[in-house]
Amino acid sequence: MSKIQDGLKYTETHEWVRVEGSVAVIGITDHAQEELTDIVHVDYPIGVGESVEKGSDCVVIESCKAAADLYAPVSGKVTETNEGLADNPAEVNDDPYGKGWIIKIEMSDPSQLDVLMDADAYRAHSE
Amino acid sequence: MPLDAFEPSLFELSHGEGGREWIPERGGADLASLIPSEHLAPEPAALPVVSEPEAVRHFTKLSRRNFSIESGFYPLGSCTMKYNPKICDSLAGLPGFARLHPEAGADMAQGTLRLMDDISGFLAQISGMDKVTTNPCAGAHGEFCGILMVRAYHEDRGDDRDVVLVPDSAHGTNPATAAMVGYKTVEVKSNSSGCVDLDDLKSKLNDKVAALMLTNPNTLGLFEKEILDIARVVHEAGALLYYDGANLNAIAGVARPGDMGFDVVHINLHKTFSTPHGGGGPGAGPVGVKQRLIPYLPTPLIEKSGEEYTLNYDSPKSIGQLSTFYGNVGIVLRAYVYMRMHGKEGIRRNSEHAVLNARYLKHLLKDHIPPEIDAPGMHEFVLTMKDKSRFGEFNAMGLAKNLIDRGFHAPTVYFPLIVKEALMMEPTETESKRTLEEFAATVVDILNEAARDPEKAMHAPYTTPVKRLDEVSAARNPVLVHPCCE
Repeated sequence: MSKIQDGLKYTETHEWVRVEGSVAVIGITDHAQEELTDIVHVDYPIGVGESVEKGSDCVVIESCKAAADLYAPVSGKVTETNEGLADNPAEVNDDPYGKGWIIKIEMSDPSQLDVLMDADAYRAHSE
Repeated sequence: MPLDAFEPSLFELSHGEGGREWIPERGGADLASLIPSEHLAPEPAALPVVSEPEAVRHFTKLSRRNFSIESGFYPLGSCTMKYNPKICDSLAGLPGFARLHPEAGADMAQGTLRLMDDISGFLAQISGMDKVTTNPCAGAHGEFCGILMVRAYHEDRGDDRDVVLVPDSAHGTNPATAAMVGYKTVEVKSNSSGCVDLDDLKSKLNDKVAALMLTNPNTLGLFEKEILDIARVVHEAGALLYYDGANLNAIAGVARPGDMGFDVVHINLHKTFSTPHGGGGPGAGPVGVKQRLIPYLPTPLIEKSGEEYTLNYDSPKSIGQLSTFYGNVGIVLRAYVYMRMHGKEGIRRNSEHAVLNARYLKHLLKDHIPPEIDAPGMHEFVLTMKDKSRFGEFNAMGLAKNLIDRGFHAPTVYFPLIVKEALMMEPTETESKRTLEEFAATVVDILNEAARDPEKAMHAPYTTPVKRLDEVSAARNPVLVHPCCE
């Protein structure tokens, strides 16, 4: 059974969001990394300082099996990408809610968080 | 030497340095006057030195490690690995065709041009399109050509569109093509029966959408029954409908993409019309279009005036030339022979038998590995090994590797992406009932063995020069230069 962490917000497309003030820290869930299997590359077509729209694909996560898009759960400006993943993409597999975070977005409309699921709702969604 | 022995590279086999002694001095202009100095190698390349028999043995050994349709059953889904009849090779190899110089004028190539014009006509009839070009040199090249024409069409009308829709079950080449032509791709979802979700499609259609790219039957081997509705809503939005011909072998001679409402199609001659696959090409991916796209076809156009065939470079709205010559003519001629050999009735019969073979193989396997969608399929089908309670840790990749040890080519695995632990099989019409039964019995035997000795099954293959490859390390730490060439 894959892990679901309390206190985070979740999307139907298996991203998680941790709110830190006005910044959304975003990653993929334990379930998503299990499905993708060993991550070999994380590609950021959108750089720090650029804007993203909620629902748009902003990161490409590649495994031996597939390449998957990460969809922005909120709109805003990218403040940081996880540079550690360039050398060690396996952190997305090993620690998806911690060291394996993927992107940080300064939210332009925090109310977009309201439609995301909490841990219990995501648990129900994944079953 | 055993067949599974590892064969070193020629550089490792080399005994000595130099190896350039036999290369004659080139005459004419000095290289330095032709090529800017920054593009010239500072010193001559270190070529390997081996004797002629050593070189011949090296390549003969490598050739024996090739797996082809001529060495065994090759059920690679969505690839249509059918047998390539020898008569197609021998006729395409006739000196009048094979020795025609690329720079020979149209007046010296009348016979070849006639056959190319004829096959364009045959393909137009089979696909239901108004005109076909044999210019593109591969399936992906054909896609590129087709979507370039889509762009030219919209631009010509002053219609600003920047999105191409692609189903989530599509071949990876579709979004790649759209990106190459400068479009953004947006995914259309499949519904629970494995076909395009019409409501999702409607929600994504607007005046920004240039085209929807579709295979029919799709990659699950299912016929898109709502194709007429799909075509209608796509056209109502001002977009075009693109047919990826990868799965044409299911319907050739039976149903025509043109009648379904497609505006542009590419056809993989190496699939449906039995020419050799890949190997560095050139291949052939002819493209057919409806009337409104004819002005954009690539040049040179093969045209007939009176009794004479000409190459026309003067087509103002054309997307231009895709390659300098029709260098893929040998492949086009093989397909021509195949089509003349089978005729209209034969091509229809081949499609029917391709579907029959796929249904029979699915029937033999479905009690052992469940199909993703248990509906009557077309020329290919997708099974899934996602049920861990049934297969334990043994998975699609494990089954594929074990099949290699048993002398079969593996089916397509982990595709389409919407199916977990997918095994996608396409037997084609050229396989006998006995071959299908032997293959099915082998799959069942592997499953039984894996249940008895999972550890052993998980580490296959055992009979190949290299065993189970560490794909994860290879992708994470790729070594792109052979150590002996550094």
